[in-house]
This record gives sequence, structure tokens and C-alpha cells, in this order.
Amino acid sequence: MKIASKIYLFLIFGILYIPILTLIFFSFNSSNSTAVFTGFSFRWYVELFNSPETFVALRNTLILAVLSALISTVIGTAAAEGIYRMRSKLLQTAINSVTNIPMMNPDIVTGMSMMLFFVALAGILGITYEDMGFTAMLISHVTFCLPYVILSVLPRINELGDSLSEAALDLGCTPLQAFFKVKLPNIMPGVLSGMVMAFTMSLDDFVISYFVGSSNFQTLPLLIYSMTKKKVTPDMYALSTLIVIVIFVMLLISNFKSGKKVEKKRKAGGVK
Amino acid sequence: MAKLIELKGISKSFDGEKVLDSINLYIKDGEFITLLGPSGCGKTTMLRIIGGFETADEGGLYFDGTEISDVPAHKRNINTVFQKYALFPHLNVYENIAFPLRLKKLAEDTIRERVEEMLKMVKLAGFENKSVSTLSGGQQQRVAIARALISHPKVLLLDEPLGALDLKLRKDMQNELKTIQQAIGITFIYVTHDQEEALSMSDTIVVIAEGEIQQIGTPTDIYNEPENAFVADFIGESNIIDGTMLEDKLVRFSGHTFDCVDGGFEKNEPIDVVIRPEDVDVVAPEAGMLTGKVTSVTFKGVHYEIIVDIRGFKWMIQTTDYVSPDATIGLYIEPDAIHIMKKSKYSGMFGDYSSFSDEMDRLSDADAAEEF
Repeated sequence: MKIASKIYLFLIFGILYIPILTLIFFSFNSSNSTAVFTGFSFRWYVELFNSPETFVALRNTLILAVLSALISTVIGTAAAEGIYRMRSKLLQTAINSVTNIPMMNPDIVTGMSMMLFFVALAGILGITYEDMGFTAMLISHVTFCLPYVILSVLPRINELGDSLSEAALDLGCTPLQAFFKVKLPNIMPGVLSGMVMAFTMSLDDFVISYFVGSSNFQTLPLLIYSMTKKKVTPDMYALSTLIVIVIFVMLLISNFKSGKKVEKKRKAGGVK
Repeated sequence: MAKLIELKGISKSFDGEKVLDSINLYIKDGEFITLLGPSGCGKTTMLRIIGGFETADEGGLYFDGTEISDVPAHKRNINTVFQKYALFPHLNVYENIAFPLRLKKLAEDTIRERVEEMLKMVKLAGFENKSVSTLSGGQQQRVAIARALISHPKVLLLDEPLGALDLKLRKDMQNELKTIQQAIGITFIYVTHDQEEALSMSDTIVVIAEGEIQQIGTPTDIYNEPENAFVADFIGESNIIDGTMLEDKLVRFSGHTFDCVDGGFEKNEPIDVVIRPEDVDVVAPEAGMLTGKVTSVTFKGVHYEIIVDIRGFKWMIQTTDYVSPDATIGLYIEPDAIHIMKKSKYSGMFGDYSSFSDEMDRLSDADAAEEF
């Protein structure tokens, strides 16, 4: 039984990580073969850093991810607070479902409908679709990130309840002050995790960007995809390796932080 | 003392259910007033209306003669100590207490001075930099009080603030709250379902049931001269017996005619008689005005609590002399131990100890429900 469970564990981790390890391994290949390892070199990393196209795409992706994370966090937090304050439970559920639709919807549907919308909008405004490139991309990324922010902030607000806000009002805060001085600091973990989630969703997105994007605003996933049409070169392996490392480090940091918090809470004797 | 707060015809419903029914009440400057009643009687709603967290459906709320019904909570010179303290977990003890002063943008020196003074008053000097989550319930309570008092409000509202503390700590805090109130001389409006707490702390008690005020008075008035069967039963232990007022100062109940001190009723008017368990003397059967059979005896430390069956009605009597169960005893009642009340909708609902143990269960259930 014990051996069986160990094999099971090994299989799971193997299936999960062997492909990634292979990718990392081949990013250090000296030849441009994607299947035969001929020798260790940093050749592809050098090539990667020398390709301006990749750099523009990386910059675009990061700008887009940061902006859409920030915007969707602000709008999403405000929306979560608004949903919490709704008196009618029915309306609350209705609004909640509506905001969740972009999340449940297949990306391909969201992507196509977004594209249709922006094509129509460009027609109405009398500009070309290319002119809207970045704006269209940003709006669609904010749209599909929003539900994740709401989903991560709303439970925090529900858990916090009204008592702290009431205490703040009682002590002389205006409703706005009560939100920023008392409520926001206490729902911050939810807001931050919503923001991180929005950031990764945007960073990761291919399908919606593929439909909405135009030739003058290329993101990294789009670039990689366009390369696969020709032949994947190992510099993409190098790029993917770097992304894996960045994500791994981010994960370590966030886990380390939350681990510390749990410890602190335990030390306090679990007193709320 | 001047009227500081006045409620005129305040009514409030939640989802069509009436929680407060045309409440009229005034609260004097500098008094310790307690809103006392069972859970769900509307006392907390009343407090929340005064604090500005709920708006009344009807009626007006006046502060120092001006209507404040539409003034939002943060503009009222009234602060609250909440049931669950509602301390800000992201701030330490010092910053929690300094919070109202920071909003007023006072100088750092002034803030420090006043926070130190407050900490001293609530006996938490030296706790400045502690996180509020590491404090015990009693300490959190003190921080909540200090935070509510630091901006010198005219009125302090307290919503069952001692509910979560254990008995010993609760007694200490009762004394301390009373001392603080007398030291700073502002009005305290205190909400509780604990009648003992109400009796020992208040200048005035307002007894509330089913969204209506049953009686307003000093603790002694409320205890000695309850208005109706509900008040008599809720405050302390009471035997409440059906009786007939034969004429002024002469009442008949339990098959015997008694001298009493009350008057002003119609001839032969049906009334409720209240007799407190400690006001009945146990005597030999032949010397008693009433005789009955002891059905149970419980030792309570200071006294024995005995249940006596008198003509099918179970009385509770507290006596320092031991009586054996099943003994037949006589009861002697002084005229001033008999209190007469007009009949009310609560007549016949309370004051019979035949289902004593059941009643205790019901009470403790209600207490348990209050915790949630």
C-alpha cells in the first residue's frame, strides 16, 4: 500500500514536471535541434536577448498585464463593495452571475464577441481597427480579469461584515474615510491576491488576445504562437524557462509570506 | 438634569415585523440608563437608532432639543462600545485609541497625551504597542472603551459590552464602568439582558418587551413596584398570584384575606399580586396565614430555595432555615411585602414555579442563543 502510494505520487509529479524539466534542459542545447542534445550552451539565451521582436512583445505583455491588473483591481474591489451593499439578495445574486459570465464563458466566445464589438466600435468612431490596438486589448483584458478580482475580494468583505465600518463611522469617519482607513486595510489580502490573479490571467492569455489583437500590438503568447507556424526555435525554450523561473520565485515569496502570517496567528492563540 | 436625548414616537420594522412600537423616552444628561429586556425585544435596535446606524420608520430623535433623525452617525456626538468590540485589527492599541483624534488632525503631542491619559483610566498603561489580537477579551473591552471615550462624546452607547466575559471579570468591569461614568460625568446608555447587571449599575432602567417600554424607573422602583407581570418576573424572582382587591389596603388571594399597603383600585377589581421569595417568612403551620407542602429544596449558599405547593400554585420561597421536603409549613406575609399590579396582557404568563426546571432550561437556551 505504501509503495503504491509512493508510485502514485511519483507518477503525478512526473507527469506534471517532466515536460517542464525537458524544456529547461533543451533551452541549454547548443545546436538548434529540438530533439537531440548536442552540448551545453547559453546560445539561445544570448539570441533571445538580441532579438528586438521578442523584447517588444515582452514589454507589451508586461505593460498590458500590469495595467489590466491595476485597473481591474480598482474596478473589481469597488464592484465587490457595491455588491456587498446591495439590499436585495436577488439582485446580488443576479449581478454576481452576470460578472461571472466572462469567467465561465469559453475564451473563444469571449474573444470573438470582443472582436466583433471593437470592429463595430471602430466603424462607429470612424477609425481603423489597428488604431484601437492597445486600447481594445486593455479593455478586453480588464473585462476577463474583473471576475477573478471580485471573486477574491467579495468573500473577504463578507467575512469582515459591517462592524468595523460601523465603528469607524461611529468614531467620526465619513463613509469614504471608513472605507479607506478601515475596510481596505482589512480586505487587503483579498485585494492583493485578486491583483496577482488578474496579472497572471492577463500574462497568460492567448485566445482572447488572438481575436482582439492587431498587428501593431503583439504580446508574447501571440509572438510564440506566430513562431510555431514556422518552426519553434530553442530561444523560445529559453524564454519559457525564464518565465517558469520567475513564476517559481513569485510562488516561493507568496507562500513564504502567508506561511509567516499563519505562524503569527497561531502564536496569538487564534484570537480574532 | 436636562433632557439630553429624546425619542418621540419611534417605530421600526424589519421585513414587516414590528421591532419597536412608538417608543417615547427621554434620557437625562449625565445619567446611567439601562435598556433591559430579553433577546429580540428591540433594545439593540433602539441603541442603533440613537447611534445613527438605523433610521426609524416613524417618529423623531432629538439631541439637546434639535432633531437629529437624519444626521449621519459620524456627525453625532455619540460614541459606541460594540458588543464584539470592533477593534481595528490592522492597528495596535495606541493607534486604535488615537484613531478618532487622528481624524481630527490633532497635533501628535496632544494625541500622545490624551491616549496616555485614556490608557491610564482603563488600566492599560504600557500596552501601547501591543497588537489588539493578542489581548484578552477584558483587555480588548478596555481598549474599546478608551477609543470610544477619547473624543469626549456627550453620550456613550454600550451594546451588551460584557456579554462575552466570564462572570468574575464581568463583575469587575461593572464596577469599573460605573466608576468611569461617574468620573467623566457623561450619559451612558447601556443595553443588556442581564437584570442583575442592570440593577447594580443603573440610575434608570427601561424595561422593554416586544418592542414596547414596560416600565421606566430607578432600580429600586423597578424591583419593588413592578408595573406588570412581565417586569416582576424579568427582574428578580417573583410569585405572581391572581387576586381580588376587596377595597383599599385589603386584598384576597390563595383563599385568605391580607392587609396590604396599596390602594386606588376599583372595588373587587381582579389584580395580580407579586410577592418576592425573600419576603415570605416560614413559620409553623398553625401560625401561618397560608399553609403548603414543600415539594423541593435547593441549597443556594446564602439561603435555601424551596418550592411550596399552596392550593395547587407553586410558590418559590427563599429561607435561611432548612425545611425538609414533603413537610407542611406555614407562611407569614407582612403587608408591605405584598405588591399589587393591574392586570395586563402578561397576566397568568409568569410567576408560577410549577414548571420551574423547564423554565430554567428555557432561560439558559435563550442565553445560549444570544451568543450567536
